[in-house]
Amino acid sequence: MEGAPLSWYLILSAILFALGVAGFLFRRNIITVFMCIELMLNAVNLSFIAFSHKLNQVDGHIYAFFVMVVAAAEAAVGLAIILTVFKNRASLAIDDVSSMKY
Amino acid sequence: MRHLWLIPALPFAGFLLNGIFGRRASKAVVNAIAVGSVALSFLWVVKTLLSLGGMETPHAERYFTWIESGILNVGFELAVDRLTAVMLLVVTGVGLLIHIYSTGYMAHEGGYYRFFAYMNLFMFFMLILVMANNYLLMFVGWEGVGLCSYLLIGFFFLRRSASTAANKAFIVNRIGDFGFALAMFLMVVQFGTLDFAGIYPAAAEMPAEQTAGILTAIALLLFVGATGKSAQLPLYVWLPDAMEGPTPVSALIHAATMVTAGVYMVARSSALFLQAPLAMDVVAIVGLLTAVMAATIGLTQFDIKKVFAYSTVSQLGYMVLAVGVGAFGAGIFHLMTHAFFKALLFLGAGSVIHALSGEQDLRAMGGLRKKIPLTFATLLCAAVAIAGVPPFSGFFSKDEILLAAHHHAPWMYWVGVITAAMTAFYVFRAIFMAFFGDSRGHHHPHESPPSMILPLAVLALLSLAGGFIPVPRFLEPLFPAEGAHHDFALVAVSVGAGLLGIGLAWLFYVSKPGLADSAAARLGALYRLVYNKYFVDEIYDATVVRPLIGGSRAVLWRGVDAGVIDGAVNGIAQRSRDLGILLRMFQSGNIRSYAAWVLLGSVFVLAVLGVMGGLR
Amino acid sequence: MDVPLFLIFAAIAVACGVNVVVQRHPITSAISLIGVMGSLAALYLLLGGEFIAAVQVVVYAGAIMVLFVFVIMLLNAGAEGRSGRSWPVRLLGIPFLVLLLGLLSFVVQAYAPKTDRVVFGAFTSGGPRDIGKLLFTEYLLPFELTSVLILIAIAGAVVLARKEID
Repeated sequence: MEGAPLSWYLILSAILFALGVAGFLFRRNIITVFMCIELMLNAVNLSFIAFSHKLNQVDGHIYAFFVMVVAAAEAAVGLAIILTVFKNRASLAIDDVSSMKY
Repeated sequence: MRHLWLIPALPFAGFLLNGIFGRRASKAVVNAIAVGSVALSFLWVVKTLLSLGGMETPHAERYFTWIESGILNVGFELAVDRLTAVMLLVVTGVGLLIHIYSTGYMAHEGGYYRFFAYMNLFMFFMLILVMANNYLLMFVGWEGVGLCSYLLIGFFFLRRSASTAANKAFIVNRIGDFGFALAMFLMVVQFGTLDFAGIYPAAAEMPAEQTAGILTAIALLLFVGATGKSAQLPLYVWLPDAMEGPTPVSALIHAATMVTAGVYMVARSSALFLQAPLAMDVVAIVGLLTAVMAATIGLTQFDIKKVFAYSTVSQLGYMVLAVGVGAFGAGIFHLMTHAFFKALLFLGAGSVIHALSGEQDLRAMGGLRKKIPLTFATLLCAAVAIAGVPPFSGFFSKDEILLAAHHHAPWMYWVGVITAAMTAFYVFRAIFMAFFGDSRGHHHPHESPPSMILPLAVLALLSLAGGFIPVPRFLEPLFPAEGAHHDFALVAVSVGAGLLGIGLAWLFYVSKPGLADSAAARLGALYRLVYNKYFVDEIYDATVVRPLIGGSRAVLWRGVDAGVIDGAVNGIAQRSRDLGILLRMFQSGNIRSYAAWVLLGSVFVLAVLGVMGGLR
Repeated sequence: MDVPLFLIFAAIAVACGVNVVVQRHPITSAISLIGVMGSLAALYLLLGGEFIAAVQVVVYAGAIMVLFVFVIMLLNAGAEGRSGRSWPVRLLGIPFLVLLLGLLSFVVQAYAPKTDRVVFGAFTSGGPRDIGKLLFTEYLLPFELTSVLILIAIAGAVVLARKEID
């Protein structure tokens, strides 16, 4: 019984990652941008799991697990920041948040 | 342990006490500390020398290891042998007399405690210099006396000429010290040690084919140091200017002790010099030239201290001639008698200046014989001593040198004799101009206080009788005599030359006073050349000082410093600024554009890794 | 069965991923993202990651995305407007994205072993027992540190979401 080649998984991961980057670059809503970051993290997780299968080691799973933990913490803090920004500026457009510059 | 360290430590303690507490202390306390410390030091010297007896071998005391680095091991080590013994007695003895004299001479000057603090510090360094048992410690003393000389020449630091003269002395001495330092480096390389006891036997055992190069280099470099400190050609120019300092300083440092350090050093290094005949010849010729040249200048000067200053240079030339022809004992002998009579000349001159309230020009003196008879009498003693009139001290030491010179090369003897005649002439010229004839000034001279007359009297006694101290025989174990026989004819000629000089001086300045001016007028250009000291200062100014200052100003300051260094620094700052202005465009505050740059960077890194095959 | 299953879930994931990016309304993006995560969980199962597939559904699709949706609702976020003031994005965005994807694909094609196939059941140690064992032995310190991280995140979120920020 033949399975799909490993490189397919990796290329799927690359496609999802590139989609995440594209969303980060072209979306202007902060929440969408944030979700694109999650998309990128998921894409990387897929690579971890795929390599874990290839190398027959569980460590990749552990890494994916830690990525999820960090994503959860990040979501909590990031959404709180978004709330604060919205409270102060009444806007969710990422281009309006540009006061940290020269 | 004989506690040799006490000898330099006592003046040093005096320096510390006077230097720290002297400002608030009364003059009596300052006097007591300054004179007392030197007197105790002198007494300790006498006691030590008596207890050491014959001193056939050096008595060395090592107190601690000062520097230990690789093969180099330098200890703080003091030693006394016969040569050091002579130097110790001269330094502390004459030093003590001059300290006593200074209490009277400096009584009305400001910065009284400062003067004595410096004098005591000088004594400390001078004693370190003569007692050091290795070259590095000697160098410490060497530099230290140079420092004190600088401080004391510039004692009246509000006078511009004094601070200039101090700078000149310091800078010219640096050239010599540079030679000394190089010589020490060479010694470390060659012998691996700086101890006298280690170097001299090694130098004596060196085969002849090796000595020519390295030992000649070491000896010549050491002699460069000596020309700076002992005011020989071509570095003598600082000594006449050093007369800007107070007169006791001129007597102690610039006549009796410090300037003879070069002669002492060459004598101390005799083992090196004897292995380097070429260096010896250079030493002798430089000494002889210095003696003649300084004597001719001395003939024409009108400042009484300048006359004696050039006389000092000339007499130092004699000493260097002596060590150069191998008559180390005679050189040290002359060093000692010179310390007596030249210190006396300066102190007497100081007494004259003191009596005339600061007048130094011989043309404004005259007829002082009756007004200050004691000063006149003592100065006359010094004059007959330096003129080489038997049986006074200068006669013995100078004759030793001239005989040794004749033994070495007869022409040196004849030049020396002519110099002796000139010496007698200029000294008596000064005496006659100051003390005979009619008073040309408008002063009311007064005799000096006892504190000044007493040292004069003691030094007069030493000048008259010092020649009977058998220094050369005492030093014979260190410096074997060359076998110069006392030739009556040679002695007679040199004595005759001295008497001729005195006679001419009498003729020119006492019996026919107008003769000097007419002779000067007849000689014309030659007289002006000598009167202006051969324009040596001007020549140095034009060839060394001005190009140096001009070059520093035009090239190093305007070109290198302002142009290159400042330009580079400011340029870098300006370019950074421009670059920063450019780069801060990236800091737009827009998160998405940051993301775009990150994307650009990651693509770039990936591409580079892919191209270079670094992904595997 | 493996290849069709992979193709099905990969297609769903890519389609949902494209939807995340192209939709203008955040709530649609969020729902699409949940779709991506669900199909990824299925792919994890194919790769033998039973535990991680469960966590993906429970934590990611469940907890985190609920939080997102909650915030979207709370802020009443509508469709985004056009503001596009970022010239580097317009200049570099599309070409470099294509370049990135091309490079990644090239790297994968060039270096990934071509004979390796992902066969369901070949990897069996992805269960909770194995992961738990590793997590509490070799990765104990990082694991404990994550608890500190989460604590800090909670504290930070509380501070940030307070009514007044001084």
